[in-house]
Amino acid sequence: MYRYDEFDHGFVTERARQFRGQVTRRLAGDLTEEQFKPLRLQNGLYLQLHAYMLRIAIPYGVLSSRQLRQLAMIARRWDRGFGHFTTRQNIQFNWIKLEDTPDILDALAEVEMHAIQTSGNCIRNVTADPYAGVAMDEIEDPRVWAEVLRQWSTIHPEFTFLPRKFKVAITGAAEDRAAILFHDIGLKIVKGPEGATGFRVYVGGGKGRTPYVAQEIARFVPRARLLSYLEAVMRVYNLHGRRDNIYKARIKILVNALGIDEFRRQVEAEWATLDAPSIDLPDEEFQRIAAYFAPRKLKPRPQKDTSIEARRTTDPLFARWLRTNVLPHRVPGYAIVNISFKEPGKVPGDATAEQMEAVAALAEQYGHDEIRVSYQQNLVLPTVAVADLARIYDALIKQRLETANTELITDIIACPGLDYCNLANARSIPIAQEIAKRFADPARAEVIGPLRLNISGCINACGHHHAGNIGILGVDKKGTEHYQITLGGSPKDDAEVGDIIGPSFTADAVPDAIEKIVETYLSLRRDASETFVVAYRRLGKVPFRTALYGPEPTRRADREAAHV
Amino acid sequence: MSEPAPLFSPLKPATTEPRLWTGTSFVPDPWHTIADAEPFPIGGQAIVSLTRWRAEQPALAALGAPVGVVVQSSEALDFDTDDVNRLAVIALVFPKFTDGRAYSTARRLRESGYAGEIRATGDVLLDQLPLMLRAGFTTFEIVNAATIHALEVAPLPAVSRVYQSGVETAVRGWRSRRAGIEATRQ
Repeated sequence: MYRYDEFDHGFVTERARQFRGQVTRRLAGDLTEEQFKPLRLQNGLYLQLHAYMLRIAIPYGVLSSRQLRQLAMIARRWDRGFGHFTTRQNIQFNWIKLEDTPDILDALAEVEMHAIQTSGNCIRNVTADPYAGVAMDEIEDPRVWAEVLRQWSTIHPEFTFLPRKFKVAITGAAEDRAAILFHDIGLKIVKGPEGATGFRVYVGGGKGRTPYVAQEIARFVPRARLLSYLEAVMRVYNLHGRRDNIYKARIKILVNALGIDEFRRQVEAEWATLDAPSIDLPDEEFQRIAAYFAPRKLKPRPQKDTSIEARRTTDPLFARWLRTNVLPHRVPGYAIVNISFKEPGKVPGDATAEQMEAVAALAEQYGHDEIRVSYQQNLVLPTVAVADLARIYDALIKQRLETANTELITDIIACPGLDYCNLANARSIPIAQEIAKRFADPARAEVIGPLRLNISGCINACGHHHAGNIGILGVDKKGTEHYQITLGGSPKDDAEVGDIIGPSFTADAVPDAIEKIVETYLSLRRDASETFVVAYRRLGKVPFRTALYGPEPTRRADREAAHV
Repeated sequence: MSEPAPLFSPLKPATTEPRLWTGTSFVPDPWHTIADAEPFPIGGQAIVSLTRWRAEQPALAALGAPVGVVVQSSEALDFDTDDVNRLAVIALVFPKFTDGRAYSTARRLRESGYAGEIRATGDVLLDQLPLMLRAGFTTFEIVNAATIHALEVAPLPAVSRVYQSGVETAVRGWRSRRAGIEATRQ
């Protein structure tokens, strides 16, 4: 993984010192809350319902054991002993005191981490495929470019006060595991005309109250010119994005107002005039950064291990975990392990300090000291020997981290909701817990197969409900919490925004509604290989609506649905 | 959760008479901004609106006196027709410090080869000064009392490490970054 050099260390230390000064000035009254707010936001500090929340950047989701241990230390010392992994591969601490934040930033700087630009109207932490560097279907490791983009976007002098927040995701694989089409900019590494790699660039994806799937703006940008190209996109957005209405300020609104062709024309005109040579990355700097991500030299191992095979045949729970949570690695004899933080009944993505330390120890002992955070709010050990899988599984059981549900219905993405967030209309966590309990039988979840269920507590859509195969959105309906259900969304290459299926449900009716949707799917799917989203797209809304609301003519309340 | 009250309430008034800062010190402002209806002074040194510059460009240029223009954040300079190189100062307005359009305008001006004074005016605050310097601003019209006070008692902390090219850096961007590391190693 990337290691800070003296320059990066100095940079982060300087920023931590600067923020300490800003906190002092805030407490002294030299800064008003209004003036302080963007400064604290750019250092990851939000004011929530009950306390400050500090969001720490985990660049493209890559952690070392030492870093994860430090996060556990922060959880114990300055929070309530746990943290929350987010869909943008970051970690949040929900019970932070303002005056402690400078010390926390110092503790982070010690382990080459920071909270810079995890919020605010700037370029946020760049996210990437959690299986980067180890996936079977990868063209090129996206971490190199994610690191380049991290450096390029950090305290960018021109783009720190954008109209609105700006999110970039990158993948280098055939399958999109980073939801790039729901980002302001999505980058896909592709082979160019002469075999050289470059980028397919998508722009204007997003969720919130006006969800859009990103559109292709450039078929191929040579890698040597990526930064100047992105700078041109950013500049057009910075100058022309709306600033009069916070809900219309994201780049997706500008792209759709101008149309992708006109937006592309403006970007290309800007690209032609800006000082590209001073912006683009020199090849020697690319090589320097790429060297940190050189493929690990792994000792070849047999693909099958006799002790693992023996355990598999005698221990059905272990066998299930292997099926659902363990994926093939690009090097034979190794595997990718998904560690689920989605035990039914628990808060999705929450991790205790003990769990973090246990995963750090596993990574150290078996996983080449490497951990990833996934879009699905889980942790990943990207490189472990197949022969060690049983030992890892047994260690995970001790921490209740052995849940076998990767990509299954209980692998729920949920935002913090009304339990923490002052934007929310409704609670998300209890809904996630009730649904997970309803589908807690792992055998049944496995029969249902891949199914992404996402829950947001309000239209800001932090729980990515639009991108869920089943999406649940908390709404306020005459003062009571209601939940609107969408079907057919997907965050992958087949990205789509889900369809609102009908009138919303009260909280206690949601698990039954999900049950009916799932039963309808199971009864109508062609066979087990037809996943929920594929079946839904074939079948359309009608059978699901009928299951939920009865035969078509009796559905009077439907017209209300669009107004909820 | 309500906003935390500061431990001490501010003693200083929030805003004061504008002061002109040059990146290192406060200086008297030789310029004054005039309304569109006001006659242009004989000796020049006046800053006019972009609308007026566009309307009276030949006449103002014929005076041979220094002219400046103030550009609102919603206005866009046209490098083909606005003849920016005849302007001694271009003042870019920050209506709110969170409105970042002027950063792009300043960089565009520098990229176009404009070498005159680029002035930040409006809601210009201490914490944004390093960004403005890097974006190409050279002078700063400041009314925020806390910012003026901070700059009077201590110089602006130097930003010694940056990841991108900025117009103020002698050596640019990635190269300056590597140069910085080489310097540390020696």
